[in-house]
Amino acid sequence: MKHVISPLDLSVDELDAVLSLAEKIIDHPENYKTVCQGKKLATLFYEPSTRTRLSFEAAMLNLGGNVLGFSSADSSSASKGESVADTIRVISSYADICAMRHPKEGAPLVAAQYSSIPVINAGDGGHNHPTQTLTDLLTIKKLKGRLNNLTIGLCGDLKFGRTVHSLIRAMIRYDNVKFVMISPDELRIPDYLRTEVLDAQNIPYKEVNVLEPVMPELDLLYMTRVQRERFFNEEDYIRLKDSFILNAKKMKYAREDMLVLHPLPRVNEISTEIDDDPRAVYFKQAQYGVYARMALIMTLLGLDGDGLC
Amino acid sequence: MLNISGLKNGVVIDHIQAGGAFEIYNYLNLDKEDDCSVAIIKNAKSNKTGKKDMIKIEGPIRADLDILGALSPNLTINIIKDGTIVEKRHLSLPETVTNILKCRNPRCITSIEQELPHKFKLADKNTGIYRCIYCEQRYSNRS
Repeated sequence: MKHVISPLDLSVDELDAVLSLAEKIIDHPENYKTVCQGKKLATLFYEPSTRTRLSFEAAMLNLGGNVLGFSSADSSSASKGESVADTIRVISSYADICAMRHPKEGAPLVAAQYSSIPVINAGDGGHNHPTQTLTDLLTIKKLKGRLNNLTIGLCGDLKFGRTVHSLIRAMIRYDNVKFVMISPDELRIPDYLRTEVLDAQNIPYKEVNVLEPVMPELDLLYMTRVQRERFFNEEDYIRLKDSFILNAKKMKYAREDMLVLHPLPRVNEISTEIDDDPRAVYFKQAQYGVYARMALIMTLLGLDGDGLC
Repeated sequence: MLNISGLKNGVVIDHIQAGGAFEIYNYLNLDKEDDCSVAIIKNAKSNKTGKKDMIKIEGPIRADLDILGALSPNLTINIIKDGTIVEKRHLSLPETVTNILKCRNPRCITSIEQELPHKFKLADKNTGIYRCIYCEQRYSNRS
């Protein structure tokens, strides 16, 4: 039995298989609408989430399965002090697979250690969010046609942004990938990511403070939100939240085929004036998130969809 | 150079990272070792690192000393018998350590689930960096 707790829990080959399955689902969703009939997904969400929870639920419903769960710690036995280990032991007897979001880092790993059903990490604090990474990779593969030979701009909160950290770790497994990090000094990527991941593997990257001059270099621009909940200090949040807003003026510097991705929700870091720009693919990315999760659920349940295409 | 010839039978834990002696003292529960005499030397001069801590223990000690490498990389253990050093151990870093290092990340699941074991994995052999298996926070005995 396999769990997906970190974006690297899937090897490149396993990831390729999941992405290929997701692309087949995109092409022929009708072929998959009963593959999870009789199966149940438990969504254990200890903190509020709109799109991730609904995306998981939509994925399971699209596959003909059922969904049960809770959407905040207050409505779960966690409010009575039950441990993650005890909760997952019980849920294992109710469902076939589980998606867990938890404000504390490492909670899904604890669940995986005690679970008898596959556990998918649906976000643990500022740590990992592997299905967002899977969504990002599917979007890039589907819309750029490749996962190698890319120059990727990462903009905004690169310090606390878990999606960025996971994307870096996932993308360095492909050939000739370069990064351009665009952020205020206070929100640069953590040192360990720079030294233990990028420098250690000789991955080319540069760190800049201004977006416009680097725009022409980019194949992709991955925007992130400056998240209030990641700050201990309200003053720092207010001072930095409007840094690096992407608007139509800045988009003029971008290539015709550069894609703009964003894990959503957006606050104001992407102006709504570029929503209709064909290069702005963040809503399509959210849609692909459902397909990515469908493919992952099928894979972890051992339903590889062979013969369905 | 500090004189260790005063020890007859015991152990000298040497080259402890400066400031780290008390953590090792606590881990080894030396306050409960009634049969041992213990001396802690803080900020002794070191040619390699500028300064270091040392612990000198006279008498029998029951704890597993080999695990101490995780607490303070580069430390050495000198076993003293009849007033002479009979063994000098350079500790290798264990791949994983359980309930020796404590994760201090307030965002880690171990901060709210008290019964979880604190487990760390060796992330970098050269620098002796350990990371919590749950949150991947680097262990630091300074935080």
